[in-house]
Amino acid sequence: MNTILIIAEHDGRELNAATAKTLSCAGEIGGTIDIAVLGHGVAEVAAQAAALDGVSRVVTVDAEHLAKPLAANWATETVALAGDYSHVIGPSTTFGRDLMPRIAALLGANQVSDIMAVSGPRTFKRPVYAGNAIVEVTVAEESKVVATARAASWKAAGGGGSAAIESKPAVAGPAEHTRYIGLEIEGGERPDLQSAARVVAGGRALASEDQFALIYDFADKIGAGVGGTRAAVDAGYCPNDMQVGQTGKIIAPDLYFAFGISGAIQHVTGIKDAGTIVAVNKDPEAPIFEVADIGLVGDLFTVIPELESLLG
Amino acid sequence: MSEREIMEYDVIVVGAGPSGLSCAIRLKQKKPELTVAVIEKGAEVGAHILSGAVIEPEPLDELLPGWKDAPPPVCIPVERDEIWLLRPGGKRLRLPTPPQQKNHGNYIVSLGAMCAWLAEKAEALEVDIFPGYAAADIRYTADGAVGGIIVGDMGVDRDGQPKDTYMQGIEIHAPLTLISEGVRGHLAKRLIARYDLAADCDPQTYGIGMKELWRVQPGKAQPGLVQHTAGWPLDSRIYGGSFIYHLDKDRIAIGFVCGLDYQDPEFKPFEAFQQMKHHPMVREMLEGGEILSSGARAISEGGYQSLPKCEMPGALLIGDSAGTLNVPKIKGVHQAMKCGMLAADHLAETGAAEGFDAKLRDSEIVRELHRVRNIRPAFYKGFWRGFIRAAIETVTLGKLPLTTAVHADDSALKKVDEYSAPERHWVERDLPPRDRLASVYFATTEHDEDQPVHLQIIDPEVCTTRCVTEYNNPCTRFCPAQVYEMTGEGDQMALQINAANCVHCKTCDIKDPYQVINWVTPEGGCGPMYQNM
Amino acid sequence: MKILVGIKRVVDYNVRVRVLPDGSGVDIDGVKMSVNPFDEIALEEALRIREAGNADEVIVVSAGGDEVQQQLRTGLAMGADRAIQVKTGEPLQPLSVARAFLKVVEREGVELVLLGKQAIDDDNSQTAQMMAALWDRPQATFASEVKLDGGKAIVTREVDVGLETIEVDLPAVVSVDLRLNEPRFVKLPDIMKAKRKPLETVSLEDLGVAVEGNLEIGSYEPPQPREKGIMVEDAAQLVGELKNRGLL
Repeated sequence: MNTILIIAEHDGRELNAATAKTLSCAGEIGGTIDIAVLGHGVAEVAAQAAALDGVSRVVTVDAEHLAKPLAANWATETVALAGDYSHVIGPSTTFGRDLMPRIAALLGANQVSDIMAVSGPRTFKRPVYAGNAIVEVTVAEESKVVATARAASWKAAGGGGSAAIESKPAVAGPAEHTRYIGLEIEGGERPDLQSAARVVAGGRALASEDQFALIYDFADKIGAGVGGTRAAVDAGYCPNDMQVGQTGKIIAPDLYFAFGISGAIQHVTGIKDAGTIVAVNKDPEAPIFEVADIGLVGDLFTVIPELESLLG
Repeated sequence: MSEREIMEYDVIVVGAGPSGLSCAIRLKQKKPELTVAVIEKGAEVGAHILSGAVIEPEPLDELLPGWKDAPPPVCIPVERDEIWLLRPGGKRLRLPTPPQQKNHGNYIVSLGAMCAWLAEKAEALEVDIFPGYAAADIRYTADGAVGGIIVGDMGVDRDGQPKDTYMQGIEIHAPLTLISEGVRGHLAKRLIARYDLAADCDPQTYGIGMKELWRVQPGKAQPGLVQHTAGWPLDSRIYGGSFIYHLDKDRIAIGFVCGLDYQDPEFKPFEAFQQMKHHPMVREMLEGGEILSSGARAISEGGYQSLPKCEMPGALLIGDSAGTLNVPKIKGVHQAMKCGMLAADHLAETGAAEGFDAKLRDSEIVRELHRVRNIRPAFYKGFWRGFIRAAIETVTLGKLPLTTAVHADDSALKKVDEYSAPERHWVERDLPPRDRLASVYFATTEHDEDQPVHLQIIDPEVCTTRCVTEYNNPCTRFCPAQVYEMTGEGDQMALQINAANCVHCKTCDIKDPYQVINWVTPEGGCGPMYQNM
Repeated sequence: MKILVGIKRVVDYNVRVRVLPDGSGVDIDGVKMSVNPFDEIALEEALRIREAGNADEVIVVSAGGDEVQQQLRTGLAMGADRAIQVKTGEPLQPLSVARAFLKVVEREGVELVLLGKQAIDDDNSQTAQMMAALWDRPQATFASEVKLDGGKAIVTREVDVGLETIEVDLPAVVSVDLRLNEPRFVKLPDIMKAKRKPLETVSLEDLGVAVEGNLEIGSYEPPQPREKGIMVEDAAQLVGELKNRGLL
């Protein structure tokens, strides 16, 4: 019988969506699933975790020095909780990628990074070579499974649960060698292309830097980051740091709009892990339609204003 | 700009291809005390090498006795030859194999892999090899001789300004410089002009070769089978054909060559290659397979008549920088290697460039070119007349006294309203790659986009005025990597240069009818990264 | 102060990686091998720290067969003072690499370890964190800025929501992210100088580290290609479809 411990990611007030995705991965493995909520003043977050579907128990460890997720502090506490569990899993966000290997090392195990599919209780598929190959990895029987779940591969688990919440004391004091200074949240008006959940991108069909403004406007309307193809960058319609593709940024937003983008393989390489790709192109033969989840043959100069008015 | 740093060698070799590496190896074998460096613009040795390649092994036997005990990574003895004349509508006709094309005793290799293998041999002899660095210019001595090369600056932005990573290129000083850049090298081009080396020969002529390496479904490749085709998809006015070499591990190297003396301004060499793959005979082999690598490279075809003077003060032209390829044999590697070795022997003996050209002309290398000198030009008058003339020249071993003149490729192109192409019976195609951009993807070509455009347009005005009406911008068609595109209309029309796609084949530098495109080297380490090509 | 920089030999980032038909791995026949790009950034940072007078020596270390000497020489040509090859014939799992590097740290008295945030072949992103754990020292992962201040380092980290800053006492392990710096080009004469710099080889056994690991690597497969989706007629249908899917 598998006993799985999930390490919750949160900001002190809200549970990060990646936790519910990790829960889906754990659900696929099967067994009893507990969630550990470490932090300071975590009652609200613990309640959110307890309401997730399929959770047996929520364990909280509440201490002042756990307020920020410093790996040195959190790893010590997690290892203390991990004793009877067969699996310890975190999300493969920067939080999980920072913390989980430290836990794994303390438990004497190598970690399975970025689980994208479960083949058995101890056998998983994970991407390597930037997703250009998938490898199957099996964890030895005598070892704990320490892993991270790849966010893009798992849907968030639903609500409706009512797990018991149990509190445990911290086993150690703060690590003296590491101090949290602060967090500068990125943003301003437009989300960062690399981490945005929605991205709107334009290609050469925009035909000028001025007309590329159409892309910015629509992006702002739906709170999206902005990208461009190499052709658009080369033609000077948008700056180089917006380039998406093989020689630009590799991104994986939940929703990607490709306006006037033909879909050359060099560009598609940069969005192959996107959740949903929407393509609008005048040319019905454009290769972008072969990878788009939703395609619309039409002129972007009429479609974008229509979309804007439909979205109010 | 500060004074450039200097490194000194006895001999600097430009380009780690078969001629340059053979020369370096031979030099160190003969005179180990010489210091020899090889500079190579590809990210590693072999990265910019693209060839068929079926090779004659004699130069290897001579240069590296016992090489067969540890052969290059891809090396398959030729088992049998086939030549096919392809016809429209999927028809074909088996032709007799002409004697020059009999390959018994030869080997199918990846020339890229073989060059990497040769580089190891050279390094074992303490040749310093510097891949990833481009020879951007020639260094001249006070008395006007070649005195080495200047390595290109790195970390320069699009406008020519230094970036944070700026690194000034150094000078490599050497009393002897070997130019082995391959076909239409940008330094060779400058040197030929500066020293007027082509004064007494016909213009060089070229072909464009495109190649794909496929992994096919198990059982379809017949290791050691060498196939060549002529005919469809070309009409009889265009010289060219294909090669299909069957390797091990279910791999097939397939390529297409056509003479750059074609007249049709609307002709698309890349499309012709893709069409050829759709002849049922070829298509059957490839269907269900995948492309491992692809690319293109110009080929020198002028042969004997176009051979420039290969020496100048302080420097030699060797291999295809000189143009030693044997067109009827479809082979240049043995010639390039022999040429490099001859240069090494000459330098080891005399320590100077003077006298090499005479030795070259008196060598088996040039005698081989002389025997076949009239075969390629015979095809100026079309395929069938060329075929018959080639047969006569072959039977007589080129001993007839006549030598046919060779004309320049850029002047061959006819204007749009002066030419109408015959029906070529081209077909719908569905094998990958779908287009040139998809093909470039498999060339793994990469250029830092924030660097000066390495395709210099000497007179951009021509592109949007005369060229539009006279030739309909053939650069947008002859380039196999879709580097050139015309954007906008009327007053807004402009030439867009997608320099990052460039595979360094040099076709644009050759075929542009106004000769306004000047190919220069980009930053070292840029360009294609061919794998087993 | 001594800085240790880990260097991994990987398939060049530009190569189109392809799974072998029998699933036994990826095709590395004839492909270019390079220094892991994140490790180059780590080395660049180490060199800048030394050039600013905050370190005396930069040592590069790599675990593997003799082929890794090529990447160590690249590190020396970039400017590292000396190199150590931890020789092993077997591929190592991250925990073993962490153990081996830690032995080198102890032997050399290293105070700052700089590693790439991940290797672009396995994409594991584990070694730095594991070293810090086994060493019981601080970790600062995904660094986009490293400032040294006496016996401590102030590190800006690239996290999903923005930039986090932490302060760690040395000795510490820092893993570096893409935006930390742009590595320098190697100067040609430095390639020659690198040939004369010391490169020491120690075996894994000499360091007292066993080749072991709890992961069994199975077969490889190519990723599933994206499939063609649906076509809609107009903007209204598109919005409807996106709303149906909960995307707008």
